[in-house]
Amino acid sequence: MFDRRLVQYFDWWLLLLTLVIAAIGLALIYSSVNAGEASLPSKTHLRQASWLGIGMLVMVLSFCFSFKKLDRWSPFVYTVCIGLLIAVLLAGKTVGGSTRWLDLGLFVLQPSEPAKIGVILIMAHYFAKKVRPGGMGFRELVWPLVLSIVPFGLIWMQPDLGTGLLIILITGSMALFAKIERRTFLILLVAGVIIVPLGWFIIEDYQRTRILMLFAPESDPRGAGYHILQSKIAVGSGMIYGKGFMEGTQNILSFLPEQHTDFIFSVLAEEWGFAGSAGLLILFFLLVSFGLNIAHGCRDDFGTILAFGITSMIFWQSVINIGMVIGLIPVVGMPLPLVSYGGSSVITSLLGIGILLNISMRRFVKD
Amino acid sequence: MDTISDSSKKNGVPERFFPKVDQEWYRRRLSKMIVWMFVVFCILMVQLFNLQILQGDHYRSLSENNCIRKQRIQPLRGHIYDRNGLLLVDNRPAFDLYIVPADASPVNETAKNLSRFISRSSDEIGELISRHRGPYGYRPVLVKTDISRDLMGQLMTRRYELPGIVIQTSPRRNYTRERFAPHLIGYIGEISSGELTSNRYPHKRGGDMVGRVGVERTFEESLSGYHGTRVVQVTATGQVVSVLGEDPAVPGHNVHLTVDFDLQLTAQRLLDGKTGAIVAIDPSNGDILAMASSPSYDQRLFSDRISTRQWQKLLTDPDRPLQNRVLQSTYPPASTYKIITAMAALEEDVFDDKDTVFCTGRYRLGDRTFRCWRREGHGHQNIVDAMSESCDVFFYEAGKQLGVDRIASYARQSWLGKRTGIDLGNEATGLIPTASWKRDRFGEPWFAGETLPVAIGQGYNLTTPLQMGMLTAAIANGGSIYKPQIMRFIQNVGGNIEKNTSPEMLGRLPASDETLEIIRKGLYNVVNDRKGTAYWFVRSDEVDISGKTGTAQVISRLTEEIDLMTTDEISEETRRRLLPHAWFVGYAPSDDPEIAVSVIIEHGRGGASTAGPIAREMMESYIRGYSPGNLMEPLPGTGQ
Repeated sequence: MFDRRLVQYFDWWLLLLTLVIAAIGLALIYSSVNAGEASLPSKTHLRQASWLGIGMLVMVLSFCFSFKKLDRWSPFVYTVCIGLLIAVLLAGKTVGGSTRWLDLGLFVLQPSEPAKIGVILIMAHYFAKKVRPGGMGFRELVWPLVLSIVPFGLIWMQPDLGTGLLIILITGSMALFAKIERRTFLILLVAGVIIVPLGWFIIEDYQRTRILMLFAPESDPRGAGYHILQSKIAVGSGMIYGKGFMEGTQNILSFLPEQHTDFIFSVLAEEWGFAGSAGLLILFFLLVSFGLNIAHGCRDDFGTILAFGITSMIFWQSVINIGMVIGLIPVVGMPLPLVSYGGSSVITSLLGIGILLNISMRRFVKD
Repeated sequence: MDTISDSSKKNGVPERFFPKVDQEWYRRRLSKMIVWMFVVFCILMVQLFNLQILQGDHYRSLSENNCIRKQRIQPLRGHIYDRNGLLLVDNRPAFDLYIVPADASPVNETAKNLSRFISRSSDEIGELISRHRGPYGYRPVLVKTDISRDLMGQLMTRRYELPGIVIQTSPRRNYTRERFAPHLIGYIGEISSGELTSNRYPHKRGGDMVGRVGVERTFEESLSGYHGTRVVQVTATGQVVSVLGEDPAVPGHNVHLTVDFDLQLTAQRLLDGKTGAIVAIDPSNGDILAMASSPSYDQRLFSDRISTRQWQKLLTDPDRPLQNRVLQSTYPPASTYKIITAMAALEEDVFDDKDTVFCTGRYRLGDRTFRCWRREGHGHQNIVDAMSESCDVFFYEAGKQLGVDRIASYARQSWLGKRTGIDLGNEATGLIPTASWKRDRFGEPWFAGETLPVAIGQGYNLTTPLQMGMLTAAIANGGSIYKPQIMRFIQNVGGNIEKNTSPEMLGRLPASDETLEIIRKGLYNVVNDRKGTAYWFVRSDEVDISGKTGTAQVISRLTEEIDLMTTDEISEETRRRLLPHAWFVGYAPSDDPEIAVSVIIEHGRGGASTAGPIAREMMESYIRGYSPGNLMEPLPGTGQ
């Protein structure tokens, strides 16, 4: 039976915030399509709009049933996601040297995007059973490690290091949230300090250059430094109020090859200045706070941890993307949630927000 | 939730002694998390403040001076070679004069100075500069393409009076032989705005060149390559001071054609001053060895941007030099079509090789009389004689017994009236009439009297020289119809093969080996029997040729025009245009054919006398092969 509380507890503010951020994204894509030279197809913003529409539909569908069903479905969802990731490696579409897309006839899917949701679900399912005040020990961390290493490896092989690391970061955040024993945590920390330098030797040359470039982009504007430098010029030249909508010179001259996807924030910063970019940053912080608030309001272990997981996904993606554009983090492929151009990314973000709304609506439901 | 069974312990105490987490526990965890997240957002905010407010002036000036530019590097278009690796098309460097509007100040003075060097008025140049100012002002604007080295030298020494000028070297298409196979090779042209917005050329931008016609168009994707990018630092006047980074362009692949350079030149020489077409095919695999159409044009006109006047002239020329007559023009096949009628008659048991027809020079059907080309008649003719002497009466009889639809069925199975699928655009289909076709087209039934002209290739039938060449090649090789191929292989600049062509069989002639044997005997006698129509014109001491002549009447097409004229008005030109088209199709050597040729000469009068000797020379030239002395000049090899 329909419960009036479903409406009463619906988080209208979260929905409004989502729509505002998505609208800003659309305006920025419109600007980079029309102010830039003819290098972008002229209907790019319309395609983004249609993906937002599909995403909204997915969002509505995702709060039509109780999120508690997701607890039971999570192993299945996770398995499907892993299957899709394997399918990409076997039969994926290769663009620019990486194989990230799966042509499903009707549309082209980037399975690493829904895989993030798959991992969050399975982790919430697992941690909900293990959570206890003292924190988890090594034994309890074996499964999360295995369940996140598999998608990480599959995504790394595409290769897409950014999204792969994001999965590890989300898993790590969820584990930390569900609490790790002090002793275990310290041992892991020490191990990490030893392993990370080793990773330096495993990653590809170009990835190493990107990390080096971070520290001194001006020293070598060739190749790798070029992106960071041009991006910083775009952001910095926006000053307080920006150059105005569709007036960004860096935007017009297409200095950044991915201005409508990963570097969309630079278009905002250039055309709307500090006022605009700080504004969007605050909107994202609000989005994250609302997510954590929903986690807080939920009286169910699974729901709380799930809400936290989705919030951490939005948090990491926005922080890494913006950090990359303003030269704080190496250039990795990472879309800005709801803003960057890209169907799979937009739909996945809206799916995540739909789940948050779902948890918020049903926080009164007890087992 | 029961975890008692879980034996994990902490400090030796079973887990069940720890209380379950509650709301308050989660609240504390979440507050901790939001503090961390807040800190991270603050760091981002500080960096934004730093870049946009503290260092904003610095970055604003960097973006305004914009001393770092990104340039496109045009890829080198792939070369085109003949079947023996002789270079046909490559690229040469050309110097283009550009001006950066934002740097060209003062505008009027710069324009005035520049107009002294090039043939454009200072007003025109000034207008060009002012029009392109604004946010795009750092983009160089093209002033003049392909300037000479001398002019470049003069401009460079005066470049301080000419702020903003930039000279860029770009590759220009270079056709190493003038007027060499323009209909086959084609030309390139500047991409149109329609093509830019279509998704056919994802890597192209305005001003780029794309293949328009022929091989240049068909293999555009392989030939074009990918552009590169260069990041350069420029001074305030737009001169490049240093190259900061370069992502090199990827050159296009080289296309190796099936065409034989020597044979193609021979074909073009033979067509010189005539209107017509020649195609030579390797019967064993469908390779096009030569493809010539006359009149032709100079594709060098296109390698630079062609002027509208020149283009209009080519388009409106009544002789249609742009048309590839080998596959875009259709002609009545005339007596060459008797090959089809003979095939149908033998296969349908209308005649065997011993049956004869008595030719009196005329054939009566109902109240109409049809003439044989030889008024005095041929006497007794069997099928081999009838082909050899091209007896019309024999084929009238065959046609009457077969009916139009049975002839059409054999023609269509022999790939007439269908596109051959050759990798060149705008191929004509031709026409093979049937009773139902006529009903659809004219709403009238087919009359028996109409079958007779069809049987000798004069009715509604239309074929392209290429279709007739394919038919001849199939007769020569024992019945296999191969798709005509123009490309042998495509090689990348590293020398690796990217694409290979293998013979593609479209089907088989609808004829038994015995039938083909009889037809080949007939074709052999055309050239080698004393009574054969081509005996005096085509028989060669060097090589054993078989073939069929054809003389296509064009009078019906012009009758109306002429009726409107007085005798005085019938000029020399009109008289010439009344002459029939001359056909010859053939192959050589007769016992093991290496080449099949199809020749048409518009208004060439006699198939045997005009087209025949041309076909003979083609076959002789090919079979003879070319010794190095035959080449007009030494040619580089594949050279990669």
